[in-house]
Amino acid sequence: MGLFGINWYRYAAPQAFYPLAGKMIPWFAAIAVTLGISGLYISLCIAPTDFQQGEVYRIIFVHVPAAWMSMFIYLVMAGWAGIGLALNARLSFMMAQALAPTGAMFTLLALVTGSLWGRPTWGTWWVWDARLTSELILLFLYIGFMALQSAIEDPRRADRAGAVLALVGVVNVPIIYFSVEWWNTLHQGASIGLTRAPAMAAPMLWGVLLMALAFWAYTIVVALMRVRCVIAERAREAHWLNEMREST
Amino acid sequence: MMHWNSVSDFFAMGGYAIYVWPSFGLTLGAMVLEVWLLRRRANKADVA
Repeated sequence: MGLFGINWYRYAAPQAFYPLAGKMIPWFAAIAVTLGISGLYISLCIAPTDFQQGEVYRIIFVHVPAAWMSMFIYLVMAGWAGIGLALNARLSFMMAQALAPTGAMFTLLALVTGSLWGRPTWGTWWVWDARLTSELILLFLYIGFMALQSAIEDPRRADRAGAVLALVGVVNVPIIYFSVEWWNTLHQGASIGLTRAPAMAAPMLWGVLLMALAFWAYTIVVALMRVRCVIAERAREAHWLNEMREST
Repeated sequence: MMHWNSVSDFFAMGGYAIYVWPSFGLTLGAMVLEVWLLRRRANKADVA
């Protein structure tokens, strides 16, 4: 028995987690929609014009949350992969697998919205500076993880190989985050940090934070939806395998 | 307190409409598409 009198270890079994995940999805979906609508309202209707960039700066409200999520999801994915390897827990591997496509999606969105921001402000869609290049490598890491998982037929071996790749790739995340400090990049430094006051007006900051929280709740929703798919698909495959063995 | 004076001001985004709206549109579109694909996949996985 653990916290709140619930035996949490019970939910480490995929078949026990499946209905729990189903119950959690509508709650996080409601949080995501509520935060998303308030975030969009502040971002597009309340936040003032940036005195340097004009209205184009509003791309920040999707670009920065997407970029944060692209790195954060990778860390969580690698965390699940590490737990999976250490404890040989099937559900942990499945969580890593469920997060990868959403992480790749946010990485792509960060790159595309960054490009749409770079064209009017820098005069170019793309530049091979350290921030942009390391974020592109992150996209390749996500794609590599998914390709490796789907290329190996035996799910246990696929899980382990994917987990090793995910863990090795973790080194890229601090490189992305600190690239703007370590190298002379065209990309600007961080305006929001944990150790100092943010360098932007309060409504701008609120817009970014609400959108980031909305993206976070959204990620939980789609990760839970996808892990349910993975659990159901693997259960079906195992079922078929057993039937085949019995009939031969 | 609303930032814009008119609806057309809002859509014009100070002349940056072709950069701002695709950014928001593609992000929202990708999210809606992902949820739709997952619902389809869940329906397929459940029926057996």
